[in-house]
Amino acid sequence: MTVTPIKPWRATKRDIATQIAVLLASVVAAYFLIANTGFEGRLPLVIFFGIFSITALAIISGLRRGKEAAKDAVLAGAAYVGLFALLLPVVSILWTVISRGTAAIYGGFFTTDMSQDPFSSPLDAGGIKHALIGTLWLIVIALIISVPLGILTALYLTETKGPGSGLIRFLVQAMSGIPSIVAGLFIYSALISGTGRGFSGFMGALALSILMIPTVARTAEEVLKLVPPDLREAGLALGATQWKTVALVVLPAAKSGLVTAVILGVARIAGETAPLLFTTGGADATNLNPMDDNMGTIPFYIWKALIDGSPEAASRAWAGIFILMLAVLALFGTARYLSRARTVR
Amino acid sequence: MTIAEVERPNPAPAPRALETKPRISDQIFRSIVALGGFSSLIILGLIAAYLFFRGYSILRTEGLSFITGYEWVSAINSDGTAGSEQSTYGVGAMLLGTLVTAAIALTIGVPVAVLAALYLTFFAPVRIRNFLVSVVDLMAAFPSILFGLWGLYVLMEPGMYVAELLNKYLGWIPIFAVPVPVFLRSPFIAGLVLAVMIIPIVTAISREIFAQTPLDRIQAAYALGASKWAMIKSVAFPYSYSGIVGGAMLGLGRAMGETVAVFTVLNILYQANFKILLGAGGNLASHIILKFGEASEEEIKALMAAGFVLFLLTLGVNMLANFIVSRTSRRGR
Repeated sequence: MTVTPIKPWRATKRDIATQIAVLLASVVAAYFLIANTGFEGRLPLVIFFGIFSITALAIISGLRRGKEAAKDAVLAGAAYVGLFALLLPVVSILWTVISRGTAAIYGGFFTTDMSQDPFSSPLDAGGIKHALIGTLWLIVIALIISVPLGILTALYLTETKGPGSGLIRFLVQAMSGIPSIVAGLFIYSALISGTGRGFSGFMGALALSILMIPTVARTAEEVLKLVPPDLREAGLALGATQWKTVALVVLPAAKSGLVTAVILGVARIAGETAPLLFTTGGADATNLNPMDDNMGTIPFYIWKALIDGSPEAASRAWAGIFILMLAVLALFGTARYLSRARTVR
Repeated sequence: MTIAEVERPNPAPAPRALETKPRISDQIFRSIVALGGFSSLIILGLIAAYLFFRGYSILRTEGLSFITGYEWVSAINSDGTAGSEQSTYGVGAMLLGTLVTAAIALTIGVPVAVLAALYLTFFAPVRIRNFLVSVVDLMAAFPSILFGLWGLYVLMEPGMYVAELLNKYLGWIPIFAVPVPVFLRSPFIAGLVLAVMIIPIVTAISREIFAQTPLDRIQAAYALGASKWAMIKSVAFPYSYSGIVGGAMLGLGRAMGETVAVFTVLNILYQANFKILLGAGGNLASHIILKFGEASEEEIKALMAAGFVLFLLTLGVNMLANFIVSRTSRRGR
């Protein structure tokens, strides 16, 4: 004889039927209200649908199971409203970028720069070669600076646990909340203003490093904490020094997680605009040298297109955003993939 | 078979001292790590020192009125010609704008984020939850210029519609009043964009805090016959209340320091504007970026001082927020 477990908390067929009926009725009611009053558009439709369906479900469960059940239904409805309000912007942003972002992309988009064409010129001329080169340079330099500093900070917090590590952890957290514009202003005030040096890609990379270090350090700390202490003790028991243990045991064990930390750091800075206006300036021509003179970057390309205001420039801005978002999505997907591989193993 | 007798050494070996000092290689390793570890302290110190140092002359002449003053007038234009008679620098109006836009963002963003976190923790099936958590993380990584562009081209229209309704039905409240019915590029819309920007971070923190509610207490509540509402009200919420406050403050810090999105959406005008539906205003960061391009030597110094104020403000808010969050998550009630 087989026993089928009963699941009394599951919604019964009758519950589901009631819910579907209520939702459908709410759609119809909201639609009629919109059609017969001064409200217009999809937004009030959605709002009235929410109000009607939550009220109706609350009343029904209240009649069936009492006051507490009615409150419960309101809470469930509110939670779904929260979910909807969270997802609506994401979906809208992704949809807008994808639908508007491809208009300005043509064959020569990645092989030409904007030195010959203004932003308001037709969409079959000019491109973002200069901006791609600039952004890549900035990311490479920022990586060279902030990856060692970020990982050393994480090592200080997890491995050597030196004096003041609590304070450092606190400061790193606070540092990750610094507005990006302050990082740009700082580099400008310390290294550019009054020194005779001008804007350059390197300065921008310094400003971006300030924003990247805390991201790398915090993620790397989390990852290093996950390395089992047994591994460290095993290394030390074999007679290795702490340096050898960290370099040959701990860091290799956390490798994929550290790569994730670096990737998240890059995703954090790839689209930063404000600090670059104070440090890298911007350019429409290709500049291969990050140590000298203004450099174009993808965020600056978008910024300039935005300021220009013409429809062609707007298409260019969306194309720039499209490229940037593809990059962020790719980085993010890689980070997810790596961290998943880590948890499975 | 005989067992060989082991001869005990005589006399017994002299007791030895143990070396606790790390070897040379470890000493070098530790000092390099410490150097890297203190980099954040050094950077934060340098930021405060340089911005203060560059803006000092303005801060000294203006004194407290740099914070409270509502005038930003420069005596010298960027091309060297004389502007108005005497320069006055006070960031009061922009400080007010920073607080107003951030307050709107929190009013809209925090309830949404907390409800979404409730859904993620207590309602969502595991698979959907994992997927949505990734979506929230991804949203937090979107660059701010993307939010700005989206706010300008997509959110502006529904935002204006809501603003119109607010003005129509609540216009008797002074903050919703407008002299002419134009709702374009108002602080309200900037606040909406900022709300969208802070929702991911507040959601992520609230979800983490909710998820730390002790399971035995949740199950005890259910065993007593509690509904989800009763459980959340009497167990989950009291436990995570202060953590949510901390998460909201992290969102506040982000909203106060936002530059590009506000600059894109808002009509930046230097005036103290309480009427949130009126298309004028700004915040500290967007003011700095607006003035920077055409600023004279002296005005740049004033902008550095403004940056110093912004730095202290956001750093203070962030430190307090982190303190609250870490205290909540460590407390194993």
